[in-house]
Amino acid sequence: MSDTNPQAVRDATVGNREGLHARPVMQFVDLASKFRSQIRVTNVSGRAETVDGKSAMQMMLLEATQGSIVRIEACGEDAQVAVDALADLVTSGFKNGSSHSPSPPSVGS
Amino acid sequence: MDILRGISVAPGVAIGEVVVLEAEDVRIPYRTVAKDQIPEELTRLKEAFDASIREVQEQAEWLREHLGRDAANVFEWHVGVLKDDHLRESIEEKIQQEGAAAAYAASTVMRNYQRRFLQMSDPLLVERIRDVQDIERRLLRNILGASAEDLAHLSKPTILVSHDLTPTQTAHLAETKVIGVALDAGAATSHTAILLRSWGRPGVIGLKDVATRISGGDTMIIDGTNQLVIVDPNPSTLKEYRTRERAYVRFSGELNEFQHLPAVTRDEHRVTLLSNIEFPHEAAIGVAKGGEGIGLYRTEFLFLRPEGAPSEDEQYEAYCEAIDGAGNQPVTIRTFDLGADKYTQQRSYEQERNPMLGLRSIRYSLQNLDMFKVQLRAVLRASGHGKVRVMFPLINSLMEFRQAKMTVHDAMEDLEEEGVRVDSDIEIGMMLETPAAAIQVKEFCREVGFISIGTNDLIQYLLAVDRGNERVSRFYTASHPAVLRVLRDVIRACTQAGIDCSLCGEMAGRPLYTLVLLGLGLRQLSMAPANIPEVKKLIRLVTMGQAQRIARRALSFETDRQVTNYLRDETRKVLPEDPI
Repeated sequence: MSDTNPQAVRDATVGNREGLHARPVMQFVDLASKFRSQIRVTNVSGRAETVDGKSAMQMMLLEATQGSIVRIEACGEDAQVAVDALADLVTSGFKNGSSHSPSPPSVGS
Repeated sequence: MDILRGISVAPGVAIGEVVVLEAEDVRIPYRTVAKDQIPEELTRLKEAFDASIREVQEQAEWLREHLGRDAANVFEWHVGVLKDDHLRESIEEKIQQEGAAAAYAASTVMRNYQRRFLQMSDPLLVERIRDVQDIERRLLRNILGASAEDLAHLSKPTILVSHDLTPTQTAHLAETKVIGVALDAGAATSHTAILLRSWGRPGVIGLKDVATRISGGDTMIIDGTNQLVIVDPNPSTLKEYRTRERAYVRFSGELNEFQHLPAVTRDEHRVTLLSNIEFPHEAAIGVAKGGEGIGLYRTEFLFLRPEGAPSEDEQYEAYCEAIDGAGNQPVTIRTFDLGADKYTQQRSYEQERNPMLGLRSIRYSLQNLDMFKVQLRAVLRASGHGKVRVMFPLINSLMEFRQAKMTVHDAMEDLEEEGVRVDSDIEIGMMLETPAAAIQVKEFCREVGFISIGTNDLIQYLLAVDRGNERVSRFYTASHPAVLRVLRDVIRACTQAGIDCSLCGEMAGRPLYTLVLLGLGLRQLSMAPANIPEVKKLIRLVTMGQAQRIARRALSFETDRQVTNYLRDETRKVLPEDPI
């Protein structure tokens, strides 16, 4: 995956209080998995490791907390749509664009 | 060399190489598989992933319904992780490239992730390590679910070390080359312990952390007689134990000479020693060990199989097998003692908060009358085949006994109408195992055919100690003065009423209590077949007068420790060469 050039990129600031925890991660992964493009995510504010946006485990390892900037890159036919949708999800604080109910996010137990 | 202390389930010495049955918190030892087994390991991994996903989804579903969506969130992430292709691929890679066993590969990969979470600065994220551990355990459990089966393929005598064993796993030990068992978990009267005892080989349980202290291939000594295990013994210890091993074999050999002599005291008082069995084939073992019939057939073990509830015909066949195995001697069939730690809890999603005080034993049967009737029909049909008695577990009130007895008569009428031959005079008895039943023993004596005192439960209810909880199980003791006094009163009431009374708890098989029980007036003891020869030897060496004097003295003490010490001294006086 790393040898392909991204066709769409966008940075997004994590908007919700508890950052990328269990539920937000799953919202992100579920949404990312709906696209055909490969999705890569980097925590620009963190250790700058790039992970697969469709991987529940790797996304959790991003260590993205409130205020972290994550770079979302996509490669594939629906790259632009994917990046936009995912970036919106992150900046909105995981309040929209997901298959989950819009109830306020809470920290996974 | 490390010496660990636990609780003994069976006496004797076993020395051998260890196999660790991997369980939840245990580090999985490095194990590789042959090249041609790699596809099998990959399938095993895939099935474990599928099963784990199903489990978590069910769990999340249940949480969502009962506790709302927030509670279920974290399990949605678990599902996400279990469906994560990267995770699965890296485990598969380990199996394919290194030939690692699926469990080892999964454990290594999951533990690498755990380390990553440990290094995080956000404390909330560090907490996720628990989730990763949880996922790892679930996966391992599903991978290793079949590993008890692997025990069947051991090529040489081996010592089994595990965190815990399920009753099912324990029940199959006899078919393996396992010669001794050491477990972290357990208390002396858990059902796993009961099964281990009937298996008869040396075992020590309640060792807390033995499974993490040892890895496969190490040498271990199990000293069931002194309730300890020795990990990685030094040469002199090993030599000493080889000698003890031979001495123990000699002692058991001597005991066997007593097997077929009657259990009579020196002053000609006759005692009947009976067998407790879990499986019908054990009836014959009981006879071989010198038992005079089956005092307790724990029929609920018919449920310990993947197919679940046994049919009427299957039960009938099992009961007939026990009758045939027991020769012409009577078989006392106890109706299903389900609930508490046996069977029902695993099947219900909403576990009881306090199963020992919950829907168990006769309560469960009376609430599942269809199942109960099927069992009673099978028992009654078997009564046409040979001498059978039937008794109900955990009778706590006269109403329960009457209802259960009436159900027997209903089933009997049905069978008679169908023209099936049954013993219409079948003796119907009860197990006395609650304080309430002990207090009302005189009333019960007017209605029951016989009483069998189940001390395992009686002690636990009397002393308010969960015998399966290793944190308090040391408070669980038959030597408690209150236990002895209740036994005295119950036995006395039965004797006065002329009611046949026996005792079938673990206590009956422990030589430590043989003399006091005789002295209290018991003339029938039912125990694991393996214990019969030694108890018989003890009985043949004393007079009833001696036993009565010992019982009187034992009743005069104020603490369990005094009682235990006194009984130990008295037993040693009679049987000094006894290594127990």
